[in-house]
Formats: sequence, C-alpha cells, structure tokens
Amino acid sequence: MSLLSVRDLTVKFAMRDQTVTALDQISFDLGKGERLGIVGESGAGKSITGFSLMNLLSRPGFIDSGSIQFEGEEIAGLPDRKMRSIRGNRMAMIFQDPMVTLNPVLTIGQQMVETLQAHRRLSRADAEQIAIMKLREVYIPSPEERLAQYPHELSGGMRQRIIIAMALLLEPQLIIADEPTTALDVTIQADIMELLLELCTSNMVGLILITHDLGVVSQMTERTLVMYAGRIIEAGKTREIINDPQHPYTQGLINALPQQTLPGHRLKQIPGNMPGLAAIPTGCAFNPRCPYAVDHCRSTRPETVSYASVEVACHEVNRLHNTVLEDESA
Amino acid sequence: MSSMVDTGEPTRLQRIWQSNMAYSFRRNPVAVVSLVIFLIIAVMSLLAPVIAPFDPYDPASIDIMNSEYPPAWVEGSEPEFILGTDDQGRDLWSTILYGTRLSLIIGLCAVGLQAFLGISIGLIAGYIGGRLDNILMRLADIQLSFSTLMVAIIFLAVTQAMFGSETFNQYAIFFLIAVIGVAEWPQYARTVRATVLAEKRKEYVDSARVLGFGAGRIMVRHILPNSLSPIFVISTVQVANAIISEASLSFLGLGMPPSQPSLGSLISSGFDYIFSGSWWITAIPGVVLVVLVLVINLLGDWMRDVLNPKLYKG
Amino acid sequence: MLAYLVKRLFQAIAVMLAISLIGFAIQDNLGDPLRELVGQSVSEETRQQLRDELGLNDSFFTQYLRFLGNAVQGDLGTSYFFKEPAVDVILKKLPATLELVFGATLIIVGLSVPLGVYTAIKPNHVLAKVIMGASIVGISIPVFLTAILMIYVFSVEYQWLPSYGRGDVVHVFGYWDTNFASLDGWSHILLPSIALASIMLPLFVRLIRAEMMEVLQSEYVKYAKAKGIHPFRIYFVHALKNTLLPVITVGGVQIGTMVAYTILTETVFQWPGMGFMFLEAVNRVDTPLIVAYLIVVGFIFVVTNTIVDLIYGLVNPTVNLARMGA
Repeated sequence: MSLLSVRDLTVKFAMRDQTVTALDQISFDLGKGERLGIVGESGAGKSITGFSLMNLLSRPGFIDSGSIQFEGEEIAGLPDRKMRSIRGNRMAMIFQDPMVTLNPVLTIGQQMVETLQAHRRLSRADAEQIAIMKLREVYIPSPEERLAQYPHELSGGMRQRIIIAMALLLEPQLIIADEPTTALDVTIQADIMELLLELCTSNMVGLILITHDLGVVSQMTERTLVMYAGRIIEAGKTREIINDPQHPYTQGLINALPQQTLPGHRLKQIPGNMPGLAAIPTGCAFNPRCPYAVDHCRSTRPETVSYASVEVACHEVNRLHNTVLEDESA
Repeated sequence: MSSMVDTGEPTRLQRIWQSNMAYSFRRNPVAVVSLVIFLIIAVMSLLAPVIAPFDPYDPASIDIMNSEYPPAWVEGSEPEFILGTDDQGRDLWSTILYGTRLSLIIGLCAVGLQAFLGISIGLIAGYIGGRLDNILMRLADIQLSFSTLMVAIIFLAVTQAMFGSETFNQYAIFFLIAVIGVAEWPQYARTVRATVLAEKRKEYVDSARVLGFGAGRIMVRHILPNSLSPIFVISTVQVANAIISEASLSFLGLGMPPSQPSLGSLISSGFDYIFSGSWWITAIPGVVLVVLVLVINLLGDWMRDVLNPKLYKG
Repeated sequence: MLAYLVKRLFQAIAVMLAISLIGFAIQDNLGDPLRELVGQSVSEETRQQLRDELGLNDSFFTQYLRFLGNAVQGDLGTSYFFKEPAVDVILKKLPATLELVFGATLIIVGLSVPLGVYTAIKPNHVLAKVIMGASIVGISIPVFLTAILMIYVFSVEYQWLPSYGRGDVVHVFGYWDTNFASLDGWSHILLPSIALASIMLPLFVRLIRAEMMEVLQSEYVKYAKAKGIHPFRIYFVHALKNTLLPVITVGGVQIGTMVAYTILTETVFQWPGMGFMFLEAVNRVDTPLIVAYLIVVGFIFVVTNTIVDLIYGLVNPTVNLARMGA
C-alpha cells in the first residue's frame, strides 16, 4: 500500500467573474519513505498541490474533484476537525520563508510545545523534553536556551532548522517541504537540504519537495514530477528525467541550467512566459513556447503516455525522440 | 494589487478610474446611494440662498412670535414652515440649509488646509531626511498624541475669552477652519513621507535627478502622484471627522454663534427645548448631520476597499 | 531598560515644559489679575505699586520661571470664581471625570475585542455584517448627539434613567466619591458612560477587525494551521496577541481624545467633572482655572502616553527597551 495516492485532483479558484483551474487532474503516488520532487516555474501549481494535500487551500481556492488517499484513508474533503488531527501529526509541512513562518510574539518553546500538545496528552515539561531532543537532532546548539527565545533573536538558517525540528516532533509519515531554502543564504541552503535528506532517510519519512531547482531535485529525490500550468507534464524516476528528459519543456529546463552551458555562452532560456491561469492556451498548454509544436498540439490536449520509462504528456514525443537521436548521430 | 502600488506611469490613475474604480462603483449600491445623497445635500446646501424660503441671517424676516412651531406633519403646525421653527422663530428648513452649507464649507476648507500643510511637510521631511525629518516626525507624534478636539477646545476657549464673544463670533468660521486644519496635518504628513521614502529608492527618481530636474519638480511630478490613493482615502475620512469636530465645537458654544448657526450650534440651541417637547429643533438638524457624515464615511469605506492603499499605521 | 526610562522621562518633561509655557502665555494675556483682586475703584498709583509687589512688571521670562516654580509645588494660582486654589478645584472634580472615563473604557474594552475578533473570523456572516454596519453608523454620530438621543429616549420618553448629575455617591477618601457603590450611582453613570464610549467603541471594533484580518492572512497563522493547532488557540493566542500590539498604540492616543469627549458628555449630562467645570471657567473667564485645567489635562496625556509606550515595549518581544535607550 502506498503512503499517498492522488487521483485526478482538480483545484479551482473562484475569481470575480470566472472560475479558473489551478490544478488539472493531477495523479501521482508516493511510497512509504519515498522522496518525490515537484518541479516547475512559479505559478505552475506546485505550492497549490502541497497545500491541497494538507487541505489548507485558502479562499478562493477549493478542491473541485478527485481523491487524495493518505495511508489508505480518503482525506480530500475531510471535515476540518478530522483533518486537524492529521496536520502536523502524520503529515507535516515546512514553509518557504522561515523569517515569517514562526509567530513573532511566541517563544520557540511555546510554539513547539503547543504542536505536541495539539496531538498528544503531554505535560509541558515532557513536551519540552521532546522539543529539546528534536532540536538536538537538527544540530541546534544549546537547545535548552532556545526554548525561551523569540524567533527574531535567531538567524534564518537557525529558524529553518527549528521548523524542520517542529515538522519531526510527532514523527510524521510525510513531510511536504515548499521551497524550504529559497529564502535562505546560498551558503546555508546546502546544509539545510543535507539535513533534511539525512533526517528523512534515517526516520523513513516520505518527502514531497517542492522546488524550481532541478539540481536540488536530482540530489534529494528518487522520483520527480514536472508541472506546467497546473498539469503534470512529465513524471518518472529522477535519474531518468534528468538524464533523458522527454517533454520539450523539461528539456528546456535542463538546457537552461548553468552547468549545461559552456563558459562564455549565453544561458539557453525557454522563450516566453508561462501563461496565467485565466488564459491557458487550448491544446497543449506549452504549445506557444514549444519549438516542435504542430497544429495537433494547438487543438488537442495531449494525454499522458508511457515513453522510455517515464510518463509524459506530449503528442510529438515519438517524433521528438527520433529527431534528437538523428541530431546526435549526425 | 501590487501593480497598483508599484507602477508609476502617469496613466495609472486614469486606468484605475476607467477599470477597477468605475467597475466596483457600479457594483456597489451602497456607494452609489451614498454619492447620490451626498451630492443632493451638497448641491442643495450650496444653493441655500436660492432654495431657502427665508433668510435666517436677516433679523427683519424673523418674528419671535413664530417660535417653536412643530413640523408640518405634527399637530399645531403652521403650513408656512415645513420643518417648523426654532426657538427664535426662524424657519427650520431654511436655517438647516444655511447651516449645512456652513458645516460643509468649514469641513472642506479645514481638510484642504490639513492636506496642504501635511503634504508639504511630508514631502519635505521625506525628501530631505536627516535631522529635519526626525524633528518634524517627532513633532507629528506629539501633535497626534494630543487629540484634535482637545487642542481645538482649548485654543477656541482661550481665543474667545481673549477677544470677547462679539469679535470671536464675527470671525468664528476662520478660527474653526484654522484650528481644525492645523491640528490634523500629521495624518497626511506621515503617509506622504512613507511614500516618498519608498519612491526615493526607485530608479526613476535617480534618473530624474541625473537629468537635472530640481527637487521641487521631482516631488510634485514624480513622487506625489504615487501618494494619491492614500491621500484620497484619508481625505474622505478627514472631511467626515472635520464636520463632526466643527459640530462638537459649535455645540459647546466654541464655534458658530446662534445668529449664524451651523448644524452643531442649531442642535445646541435646540437641546434646551428638548425637555419641553420641542424635539424637532434638535432632531432634524441632528438627522441631517448624521446622514451627511454617514454617507461620507461610507464613501470612504468603499474607496479604502477599492484603492487598498498602504496607510500609515502608528 | 533604565536608559530607555530616563529617555522617556526627559521627553515627558520637555512636553510638560512646552505645555506650561503655553499655559503661562495664556495666563499672561488673558484677564487682569489686579482687577480680580482689588476691583476697579483703586487709584492708578496704588495699582502700579501692587503690580510691582506682585511682580507683574518683571520680564516675561522671570515671571514664567516664578510660574513654573509655583506649578512644580502644586500652586497654579487661585480661581477667581471659587476663591480657592485652582488645583484643589480641579482635584475635587477629577474623580467624577476619571470614573466616567473608567466606565466608558470598561464598555469599550469589554465589547471591542469580542466584536472585532468575531467580525474578523466570520466576515461574511449576517451578524458580522450587522455589527460592521452599526459601527459605521456609530462613528458617524457625534458623542453629544448620542447623549441627547439617549436622554430623550431613556429620561424624557420612558423616564427609566436619570438625565443629569452623579446621584448618590459614596465617599471613599480625600476628594474621591464613587458612583460604583450604590444602585443610584450606577443608574446615573450608565448613560454618560455609554455616550462617551459610543464613538470609540465602533472605532476600536473596526481597528481590531482590520488588524486581525491582516494577521489571519499571515504565514505564521497558516503555519499554525498546518501544525494542526485548534482554531480557538490560533485566534486567541496566535492572532489576537499580534492584533493587539498596534491597537495598544492607537489606544494610547485615543485616551487623549476621550478626555476631550468628556467635555461634551459632561456638558450634556451636567456631570460635575473637570470638563463641565472647564466650560464654566471659560464662560466666566476664570483664567487660573483654565490654565490649571490645561496643565492637568496635559499631564494626564503625557503620563498615559508614556505608560502606553512602556506597556507596548513590555508586551512586544521584538521591541528591545534596553536597546532603544542607547
């Protein structure tokens, strides 16, 4: 039995005079202790995926249809009271910017103890002991003193470690990390990622890592979803996707990486921008930016097909692959 | 939302006017009704000398024998006086028209003065910065910590005692505008200063400076337009507050005299007769005052929702 | 911490000096103390002599220093009308005003927090819309009109509650008689307190609602939800504490405004407090009393503002009082 199984999840936003689709029939699975990356540009629907798994979409967003099974239990549309016992307990979340994630007027100790007490019958002293233990696991120096401190007294890196410790407090099955290092200094980004990887593997915790950084995904995850305009356009083993991307968009993403460019040459950017949710093109959403687009791509939505050991949503994947092969042999 | 605050093109205001503002206005019946009522009150009161059947400032047209007639729909009324008469025998309808005119003029002029002082000081403090900025903002803090009404009461009380009632009454309207106008400048100054500080860092101000435009031109042409939405929102609320302040001061006998009553002084003179049953002298001007202030506040609320400015919070 | 206190104290003293200067300038220009003392039937020669004796011919600055010296010792001159030290006259009236302010504050604090929080949590509920509608009507009715309306309804029409005065008060100590110890006292203070609260209450409801709604949008509230914290704890611990910080600052400013509104309320209800006394003093051109009122009210403003700033510093962990003093 997989840990998480998402089927045809559709999320919509009710705007002033129309309803836009933010997630379009997303399906994926996550095994116990498996690490999954979700990649895409901002606005592709990565964060919305994370929040809908927690059932924390804020107005005007809502889950329109589809199912989310977590440890065999259907949690899409679960009443808030029941969902609350899952959040922070069996499924934890790490937010993007540690500078604004912790409440400025409560001490670290108060915020850790309340999380424990929300899910377990524990005395304050016992809860504090667990908190100290977890702070030690994320290599926070002198954790006893940290409990009495307020967030503003700590650095960003330290705060993100504390947030990771909080995510681990109740030994969850799944951690959703939404760009956990984007707001941090480059120098400590690698440390935090390494820590997250270490803790997930040693505790057998499933991880969904939301990021726009393919490099991070390749180091951290076993499987990857590539999202574009609210759809999954390519999914498969991370290694396969990095080494042999099938969708033109994924290829573009990988070609745009600085490592793929010779010194002195320009970075190969994908031309154009991702469409807004209110103006998604018909057919394949990527068609206006795609160098291989043909008439068919502009009129019909591509279905997901298995191709070369990944799942990909592209009409022309066959032709594409052959062209690439021809290019290489030539 | 951010695009509304960030972009600095001159067409920004036009664009808001054409799209968002007009759209939300049409969609908001409360705003439409408020504006209509406000315009009716404003136009009628400004046309008071034309509309009013009597001239309440002309002693010859007033007969004390006509005092305390009730409104037309109450028994014992005199058909000549639709809303009845006050304690001095003046036609209440005419007196209210003139009184509303006074209240509106004082409110608008006082807010004009506030805006002028506050915007100038805010621009200077924000643009020049340093010690001057420090001193001006400290002054604004202190000024704000003393309530306007308190300052106005003491200022007007002392002025009245100093000049004597007769001279004071003659110039009361100017004293009122001056004191309400001066006391509230920090509201504008803080908001404008905050915008200036935010805009000063942006490139276009630098490039304007490099091009050799003077400070005055940069402030008026480039920075001021970006503070317009908060200024609009503040101004609406301030007009409502100024009208309430004026009414309160006049009620205390520190504003417009009974011979040239504003809505506040009219309510005040009626208050003495409320126990004897002549409720209309207080109630009708009271209703007019509340409706006037209410529609302005409702418009302000709507404007705040639409423009959604970052207002200075202290 | 100490450095901050000292700095605050100096600031307060500077403001008090400015107020005393204004007070003295008023005293110097308003009315003639000589006429009040001896009447008009005295020859010009004796007048000059008296002026010299009283120091009225000294320079403005010397006179101001003398005024200041007396003021520090609690002597603000003698009321022309009451023939008593002005400070005593005010201190006798002070408890009535303070009790009125206290009554209004109870109403404001007791109602604004639950109403503000409720309208922020359930912004689309009918009841919240009714509260918000009532609040905008509330801030549009001047205090004196609310007072008159209540007198008309409860005192004139139905005669349930008295319309003027303090009624039976119970002596506590010194000049302090209280309204809160007898039923008659309660019935007298009820309407004036509501009237005084009537414009501040909607203001605070709206302020708390706006702040709370902003806080509820914040990342840390979202994060608290993601941790599975109970909504009550999120509203009343996570959000409310952050909401009240700016409210405390505004509250400090509003205390000053409330003192001004006591003048209006006391006038309508003929409440024997400082505000009512002040207006009478203005009508009688009782200069020492006017000046004494100005200084006492200024003192109340400065003290409450300083206290509010200190409370803010103590409640808000991100404000470091020790560092602010440096």
